[in-house]
Amino acid sequence: MAEFTLPKNSQITPGKVWPKPAAAKKLTEFRIYRWNPDDGRNPRIDTYYVDREDCGPMVLDGLIYIKNKIDPTLTFRRSCREGVCGSCAMNIGGTNTLACTKGMDEVLVKGVVNVYPLPHMAVVKDLVPDLTHFYAQHASIEPWLQTDSAPPEKEWRQSKEDREKLDGLYECILCACCSTSCPSYWWNGDRYLGPAVLLQATRWLKDSRDERTGSRLDNLEDPFRLYRCHTIMNCAQACPKSLNPAKAIAEVKKMMVERHV
Amino acid sequence: MSNPTHTPMRTPLGRVRGLGSAHSGTEHFFLQRVTGLANLLLMIAFIVIVIRLAGASYAETRAVLSQPLVAVIILLTLLSVTAHMRLGMQVVIEDYVHTEGVKVALIIANTFFTIAIALAGAFAVLKISLGG
Repeated sequence: MAEFTLPKNSQITPGKVWPKPAAAKKLTEFRIYRWNPDDGRNPRIDTYYVDREDCGPMVLDGLIYIKNKIDPTLTFRRSCREGVCGSCAMNIGGTNTLACTKGMDEVLVKGVVNVYPLPHMAVVKDLVPDLTHFYAQHASIEPWLQTDSAPPEKEWRQSKEDREKLDGLYECILCACCSTSCPSYWWNGDRYLGPAVLLQATRWLKDSRDERTGSRLDNLEDPFRLYRCHTIMNCAQACPKSLNPAKAIAEVKKMMVERHV
Repeated sequence: MSNPTHTPMRTPLGRVRGLGSAHSGTEHFFLQRVTGLANLLLMIAFIVIVIRLAGASYAETRAVLSQPLVAVIILLTLLSVTAHMRLGMQVVIEDYVHTEGVKVALIIANTFFTIAIALAGAFAVLKISLGG
């Protein structure tokens, strides 16, 4: 059943307010979701103050500042710090996005930067969600070029026009912002593949070099895997790369109808 | 999402593949659009009929409903609306009910209900228009 309240052990409790950095002139308040699997306590919201003159402008800069200078136990994923790796996806100011490409001043709610892990995922610790199932779903669509013809001596060739059909699809970095913003994925994520994985599937369905389009469609043709998408469009709203997974899914549905009718 | 860490002995990929693809759903999806389009057209005609009958006496209403075109439009509306209702409600049940037995029971009840509504409505229209 759809869940409208959090389980008892997930309910958020007030946390600690950490001291303001001394002699700082410009401060920004961060309220951050904290949960430690080892202490047996409920999640809590800790408050931190970031010295803006000692810190870059992005939310990730703020998180790194806190980890380095205030509280080294704050746990989050980050790597490239430029919107390419997808590691620092989290819920910031109520929207799923990448901490590294979102400016602190863009996400202020009453002057506060609110940071939570991606919604409706099991939490490993603090801002780190368990993406095991998400990655397995990606593996299940077999995201690589599949051919049966004898391999050419050089590369599989593709016209410029056919290559352009992958624009808007290949840029996906699998950060999971879209899938974890989707109510259908919240309620049925065990069986529904979700926008990110379906966009990736579209990327291979649209690839003129791929020879297994039919069996790829077979694999997706399912009331839950594909048809749980009800075009809610949260995915397109959330995508930090400005892609449109809802449109990609609509294209898959169109291909399905095309081979039936 | 149900917590994927709850069945530790199964691999994540095994869990995702589950019982495999149903190889269906497209017909359901397509029929939902077709009945949606039909509803739009039929409801316009249906509303025109209802407006025309507003304030009409019983005898006048019977006379209008016994016109073949009117009776057929109402029968088609009943068919299309109940078919659409069944498809739509099934999606809602699948979305929100996750207990397997309850889900199947509700989907069956949904089918029974919509067919009963459709047939009861059709019987009423036929009875009036054929003057039984």
